[in-house]
Amino acid sequence: MTPIAHSPHAHAPISISKVMVTVMLALAPATLFGFWLYGWPAINVWAVSLIAAIVGEALVVNWQGRAVRPVLMDGSGILTAWLLALSLPPFAPWWIAVLGSLFAVVICKQVFGGLGQNVFNPAMAARVMLLISFPLEMTTWIAPTPLGSAHAPSLMESFRITFLSQPIDTMASASILGHVRTEFTRGIGLDQSLVGYYAPWHSLAGERAGSLGETAALLLLLGGLYLIARRIITWHAPIAMLLGVAIPALLFNLINSNHYAGPMYHLLSGGLMLGAFFIITDPVTSPNTTAGQLIFGFSCGLLTWIIRTWGGYPEGVAFAVMLMNAATPIIDYYVKPRIYGRDRKGVALPVGKEF
Amino acid sequence: MKLFKLRGGVHPESRKELAAERAIRVLPMPEYLYVPLLQHVGAPAQPIVNVGDKVLKGQLIGASQGVISAPVHAPTSGRIVAVGDYPAAHPSGLTAPTITIRADGEDRWLDTEVVSEPFALSPDQISARVAAAGIVGLGGATFPSAVKLNLSRKNNVHTLIINGGECEPYITCDDRLMRERAADIVEGVRLIRYAVGAENVMVGIEENKPAALAAMKAAAKNTEVKVIAVPAMYPMGWDKQMIKALTGWEVPADGRTADIGVLVHNVATAFAVRDAVRFGRPLVSRLVTVSGGSITEPGNLEVPIGTLVENLFQFCGGFRDKPARMVLGGPMMGIQLASAAVPIVKGSSGVLALTAKEIGNVEPSPCIRCSSCVRACPVGLLPLDMAAHIRAGDSSAAVTLGLKDCIACGCCSFVCPSHIPLVHYFNFAKGELMEQERAKLKQESTKKLAEMRNERIARIERERAEAAAKRKAAREAKERAAKEAAAKVATETA
Repeated sequence: MTPIAHSPHAHAPISISKVMVTVMLALAPATLFGFWLYGWPAINVWAVSLIAAIVGEALVVNWQGRAVRPVLMDGSGILTAWLLALSLPPFAPWWIAVLGSLFAVVICKQVFGGLGQNVFNPAMAARVMLLISFPLEMTTWIAPTPLGSAHAPSLMESFRITFLSQPIDTMASASILGHVRTEFTRGIGLDQSLVGYYAPWHSLAGERAGSLGETAALLLLLGGLYLIARRIITWHAPIAMLLGVAIPALLFNLINSNHYAGPMYHLLSGGLMLGAFFIITDPVTSPNTTAGQLIFGFSCGLLTWIIRTWGGYPEGVAFAVMLMNAATPIIDYYVKPRIYGRDRKGVALPVGKEF
Repeated sequence: MKLFKLRGGVHPESRKELAAERAIRVLPMPEYLYVPLLQHVGAPAQPIVNVGDKVLKGQLIGASQGVISAPVHAPTSGRIVAVGDYPAAHPSGLTAPTITIRADGEDRWLDTEVVSEPFALSPDQISARVAAAGIVGLGGATFPSAVKLNLSRKNNVHTLIINGGECEPYITCDDRLMRERAADIVEGVRLIRYAVGAENVMVGIEENKPAALAAMKAAAKNTEVKVIAVPAMYPMGWDKQMIKALTGWEVPADGRTADIGVLVHNVATAFAVRDAVRFGRPLVSRLVTVSGGSITEPGNLEVPIGTLVENLFQFCGGFRDKPARMVLGGPMMGIQLASAAVPIVKGSSGVLALTAKEIGNVEPSPCIRCSSCVRACPVGLLPLDMAAHIRAGDSSAAVTLGLKDCIACGCCSFVCPSHIPLVHYFNFAKGELMEQERAKLKQESTKKLAEMRNERIARIERERAEAAAKRKAAREAKERAAKEAAAKVATETA
């Protein structure tokens, strides 16, 4: 007896694991660049994050009495840990990576019901948790020490940095957003604080302090464009988010350029590129419709700019994304496609009229 | 010509190359034909022959009954050997009332009334001949064509659209028909146009059928029929999609195309109309595409209605390897066949024997809300939300989201990276709703009957009481009269 199957009897050559692998592929250039830029400690943090996510997810899924293999094979947990690792300081201690990964896949994903059920983006929620709980470890940035350069830590040194939390005071630096914020509280305006600290080309190429993957804005942008070309994501949310940051930045910069940084500064710093192309395009926590995604993306951008400009933290992408994740069900409730033969409200079009 | 923008749709691998270059071949007459009485939307035909009767090809064997119905005819000459239930094309192999004919091998036609000048007939005569021929929508909808013609004339339809979309992968029978019999199709189209009095006639053909487009353009030259290339996408053959592409108009929800002055017919229907009007020949055969990775020699066959699917497979060289699934119709909307021993009906455009690789069957994973389904839906629905509500047992919430507007085209299931059988959910919920509505109707009629019964009982009691009161009054009057009489007698005697 053949099992009963319903149409369609054909399927597009796509699956969740294919989607996840494509996203990882898009992340690879920026990640590899980060590995080169920050050396072995960065690789440690990345590896520890992934291992913690895999082991943690396997354990809780096993406790739930569900099959572990399909859950791990879909690749979503690994991608979450990967995204989190890219947002961590490269010289962060191992337990930061482990705590963050476990919080992301266990608390933010599996507790909510597993893949597809979480309200908040797990990577961003974990980052926010870490930032609030361990502000010192999460804001200790390192000036780039590319592999092969004089100051680059060796593999053995990297183990001491990652696993024994060896002090790294000589190389401490500040991310550009953090630096500007600190200078600002000392009453120093942008015209001075940015001198010698900011050049757009450096931001593009990532030659400055920052988290693992955030610094390579150009490579992240390329990865994002690749995802759009492969039709894994659409352009709507990312472009809307970039505009959401760039438009207010441009307007306020025109009003007072010493007080408000310009759009290029905002676009190329912090986690904006990662957020725009890899975080807010997370399908689970973003709206369903094109219009909804435009609203969502623009709001994420606007909130990011507001938090960066007037908030208590130098960077706002993670907070903005979480706030908008919470608003996603409302956006989906109000923004729906028009059904064929009906108007926007769902009422049937009048009979006997052409239009 | 300017075409209009369409919503959603998908581009499945067409797989038409398997059969597209194979010319139409006539399937040799099988020994037994199994002709179901319900091959159309509406009421089943009523059998008018008995076991043992001899019939000729084209002879009426099942009469149309009701407003929306269609007759069925003997697809060959022979003897009726059974009138009863026979397995139908259904995923669970359910049976349906069927007339079985044993062919005598002569394939002798009934004498039919040939009309040399069909345009001299009145529109009423044309639609009567279409009705008598048992023609139904051959694109797969199987709505009785004559009913559509009459409805269109009543609604003053001004635009006739002939659907040469054939967007289902694998299926090439309309493509072949247009390539090989374009002139006959165009005559059929012109007859339909004349019968409904439409001003504009457009034939929409997908641009992935250049040979069919060229043949139809050549055949339609110097006629009022315009042949137009439309983009190749699924579901281009959805009548409302075709209307939108060619005219930009939208049919109101819950309405018919006639509401906006449009009539849509399939190219194969137009061909059948020409046969019926000019030669008086009823619909007793159709073109069927036999294809799929498991078929040795795919092709396009002219098949008598009632032929078993297995005969078609045999004629095409049998199976290369055991098919993972047999399908009646196209892969996007066709139904799975539990057995190949079921008859071809008027709406069967293809039979497929598919390999496991072609089906791409994978265990479903959780929905990641990627909204690929939302982008693919040609209707503008939210398949992911509808399925979530149905899973939670809340079909009415799915109705609020537009479940009843779903056309079950399968685009959402096709693109779902989680391989969730979305259309299965929707059809399940539609069935459940139908059951609920039936239960509600039953409850209402039970309530009505109970009320009527109570009323009746009350009335009978009332009448009884009234009768009793009347009797009592009569008795009392009688007694009184007797008393009075007795008193009178007493007074008189005193």
